[in-house]
Amino acid sequence: MTPNKLQNPLLGLFGSLTSDVINRRLVILLVALLVSFGLIVGENFFTMATMQSMAFQLPELGILSLAMMITLISGGLNLAIISTANLCALAMAYILTKFVPGSEGFAWVAWQVIAVMAGLAVAAVIGLLNGFVIAYLGVSPILATLGTMTMVKGISIGMTRGNVISGLPDPILFLGNGTVFGVPTAMLIFAAVAIPMAIMLGRTPLGTAIYMIGSNEQATRFSGIDTKRVILKIYLISSLLAAVAALVMMARFNSANASYAESYLLVTILAAVLGGVDPMGGFGKIAGVILSLVILQVISSAFNLLSFSQFLTLAIWGAILIAVTAVPNIRSRLGLKT
Amino acid sequence: MPESFARFRRSHEFWLLMVIAALVVFLSIATDSFLTFQNLFDLLTSYAFLGILAAGLLVVLISGGIDISFTATASIAQYVTMLLANRYGLDWFTVFALATTVGIACGAINAVLVDRLNISSIIVTIATLNIFFGLLVFVTGGKYIYSLPDWFSKGIYWFEYIDANEISYGINLQILALVVMFALTWLILNRTNIGRQIYALGGNREAAQRLGFNVFRLNLLVYCYMGLTAGVASLTQAQLAQSVAPTVLVGKELDVLAAVVLGGASLMGGVGTVLGTILGLTLLAVMQNGLILMGVSSYWSQFFVGAVILISVSATALSSRRKRKGAMTA
Repeated sequence: MTPNKLQNPLLGLFGSLTSDVINRRLVILLVALLVSFGLIVGENFFTMATMQSMAFQLPELGILSLAMMITLISGGLNLAIISTANLCALAMAYILTKFVPGSEGFAWVAWQVIAVMAGLAVAAVIGLLNGFVIAYLGVSPILATLGTMTMVKGISIGMTRGNVISGLPDPILFLGNGTVFGVPTAMLIFAAVAIPMAIMLGRTPLGTAIYMIGSNEQATRFSGIDTKRVILKIYLISSLLAAVAALVMMARFNSANASYAESYLLVTILAAVLGGVDPMGGFGKIAGVILSLVILQVISSAFNLLSFSQFLTLAIWGAILIAVTAVPNIRSRLGLKT
Repeated sequence: MPESFARFRRSHEFWLLMVIAALVVFLSIATDSFLTFQNLFDLLTSYAFLGILAAGLLVVLISGGIDISFTATASIAQYVTMLLANRYGLDWFTVFALATTVGIACGAINAVLVDRLNISSIIVTIATLNIFFGLLVFVTGGKYIYSLPDWFSKGIYWFEYIDANEISYGINLQILALVVMFALTWLILNRTNIGRQIYALGGNREAAQRLGFNVFRLNLLVYCYMGLTAGVASLTQAQLAQSVAPTVLVGKELDVLAAVVLGGASLMGGVGTVLGTILGLTLLAVMQNGLILMGVSSYWSQFFVGAVILISVSATALSSRRKRKGAMTA
């Protein structure tokens, strides 16, 4: 038992073999889905319009899944991502609708920048609170973020009385609905957070520390890493990612509300785990999560084209998660090597 | 007696009791309506659904697992039961038998997946939540059931008593089910061999296995019991709401978790009591009720609930850390 434990951080560091196996499995699943949906739906499925609508829908869930993923890798969990995103969106939308002048000019640009900054600041405060309670007070992540989730949503509801803030300026709307050379802006934003995060996780000391904490927090601390600081940073990053998701979400809906996108909360965990993130911590790659997001999106879009209920999509997502995570178990039961 | 009292004074439950007592005294003085028979009766009736589910979740948490899917289970149980009750005109016994059977079946699916696939229970139950809920809404088309059988709508009122304002009280279905389920959970956990095994399993799974406990059978029992409570809870909710909606229950799972955790149950397993769960639920109920009676806008109630959860879990973590430090130096 102990030798394994000692090896785990190293495995996490150099990109373990298992996660490559998971990626291969996901690629096979994706190809199988594309082929079968192609046969069922017809060539409609491969049109530019379908691709583009997928690219519009993926980033919301995608960025939120990254926010969840980074905490999962460290062996934690952030249940507050959706409520954080909503409070950030409300703060941004409030400034955007109250202070941005009607005519274009310096103040017009400045207030929009201030609005986005304010959203990030709100996220930073929540993230630091989560990180402090988890790292320095030693509360388990589920409980701490369950508390902040409820509290943050309470603030959103209390301030807005459950109302919607809507009517945002054009540049903000462009972030959710515009395209650059045919690629949705939201997708570019997703890439702009996913790539740095992949580099951070794979190539920096902070990333290494996050994987190591997920594998064995105590051993990491004894190896001279200030684990509390790292955990604080993890929840800060997770919160800031939620704020980015808030920006995209708000722009797509042209509004903000205390209880948007709540059904995404558990789906982000599903997406991350399907992408090979170990819910016990220590393992998981951005590439896997992106693959899993594409798979979920392909299913959802195909079902939409076939005019199946979106609830059937939910059920299939759940079934796929169980099927994919069950594969190694079934193989080992049959005595096969993975 | 003094010794056991001293032990009780150091427990989580004691502190909860003190906080609740302070709240109750304060609210009784500050408002006229808190300490009235009607308010307490309504409070019990409306929190029965969460309470019954909390009893089931407590057992799962003690065994070292977690279940997120019970709201979907409850939705399926009440939908199937009420659909059949409308069609075949069942009676009290058969509706409960049906609802609990559906619940137990869903619980068994969870148990098999958790045990055989070796995936953490939170992931399994998130997946099954999506599967159960997705299939239910897909199959039913999300349609509400508005008309329930007459005898069911009327509910039960034992020892009915009508006060001067013509408001009737009695032991209604919600209160009866709440009391029975808490009593049953207490009996299982404290007075049976199985209960000791569940604590042992949550405390140290490896050791429980080596002692020869049948872990699969225990898991089956625990998740099926959660399903059973979901079935019972779903009927009390349907009776109170006078309708069945496939989409209203899902989303409440974290509220139930909050109540159980406030009551001192640990997510690591092996720790938790029925009394603690009752107190955790009472704290949430009294606080939310008190805020409304004090005239605080109901829009802010969720904020206070969140703050109380955060403060409570922080205080618990701090005190357990101090205990550990104390033990180390001693």
